[in-house]
Amino acid sequence: MTELLAKGAQAPDFTLHVTPDQTLSLSEFAGRRVVLAFYPADWSPVCGDQMSLYNHILPEFRRYGAELLGISVDGVWCHQAFARDRKLHFALLSDFEPKGAVARSYGAYREAEGVTERALFVIDEKGVIAWSYRSPIAVNPGADGILDALEGLPATENKNGDAQGSRNVA
Amino acid sequence: MVTLKVPVTSRDHIRGSQDAVVTLVEYGDYECPYCGAAQPIVERVQQRFSPDLRLVFRHFPLTEVHPHAGPAAETAEFAGANGKFWSMHDALFANQRRLSVPLMMALASSLNLSTVALRDALATGRYAEKVQADFIGGVRSGVNGTPTFFINGARFDSPNGAFGLEEAIDRLLLATTR
Repeated sequence: MTELLAKGAQAPDFTLHVTPDQTLSLSEFAGRRVVLAFYPADWSPVCGDQMSLYNHILPEFRRYGAELLGISVDGVWCHQAFARDRKLHFALLSDFEPKGAVARSYGAYREAEGVTERALFVIDEKGVIAWSYRSPIAVNPGADGILDALEGLPATENKNGDAQGSRNVA
Repeated sequence: MVTLKVPVTSRDHIRGSQDAVVTLVEYGDYECPYCGAAQPIVERVQQRFSPDLRLVFRHFPLTEVHPHAGPAAETAEFAGANGKFWSMHDALFANQRRLSVPLMMALASSLNLSTVALRDALATGRYAEKVQADFIGGVRSGVNGTPTFFINGARFDSPNGAFGLEEAIDRLLLATTR
């Protein structure tokens, strides 16, 4: 198993599709906090699945000045259908081509299964990883670790923290 | 181990003896089918372990996917303010497949609660804050879906869901010298 990028590491930049005709780069979030949530696949068969849960906790993340990005190897059309079905209000990134390249750069790819780990990263205003966590693949990690990590960051002075983000792609 | 961050207090809805050895906290959603499916198991667990067990129910409505879960939780709180939380709780789960505001009115009426007062409470969101406080407390405690159970403060994770509760409580009671 590869090592997850840990606290203190610079978060590798990426540009991925969020919709069939839109891309999003991590660098666009400079000056803001980002919660990057890798998950194995869309369409988990439970109502409290990880992405639906986070959808309900978005106001809490934003209270700490953080934007949430979901990321898996699913294609953009799949993400679009999933986001619509679950009424998600945040962006889902498609680590589709080359498959899993971004997950690999974060140490969060499962070669054997060809899916991303269930791995969480809190990235600070300078693009540095402030906290990371790998959950057992079958266990939804919830959001307590993310919120504890955000709470542990020095108070933010940014003005955009509570905004919807520069692009509301959900 | 993931643990409950919000201690059980008199603000909670508690069913069972204050001196119970085991406190089972459930975070649930009245419109969640998995919570509905867990309901008979939770009832059986209560029967079997009474008086050693008390049950606490806290709201965790996933309102984006369950449009009636919010009003249902507030209806239960409204009933609770009138001393009938558990009767309403049972009635909401029993009628889970046809939850709607008119149905909640009918349930209130059958429990001799004022439907005018309930309508008013829902319209003004009188209990929305309490429900939200439950939700946020759950998030901070690592609730990762519904239902999530805590047994004496430790999150209960089982591949068999609520079916594993009895065994886990058995083990806990065996370990507790009484």
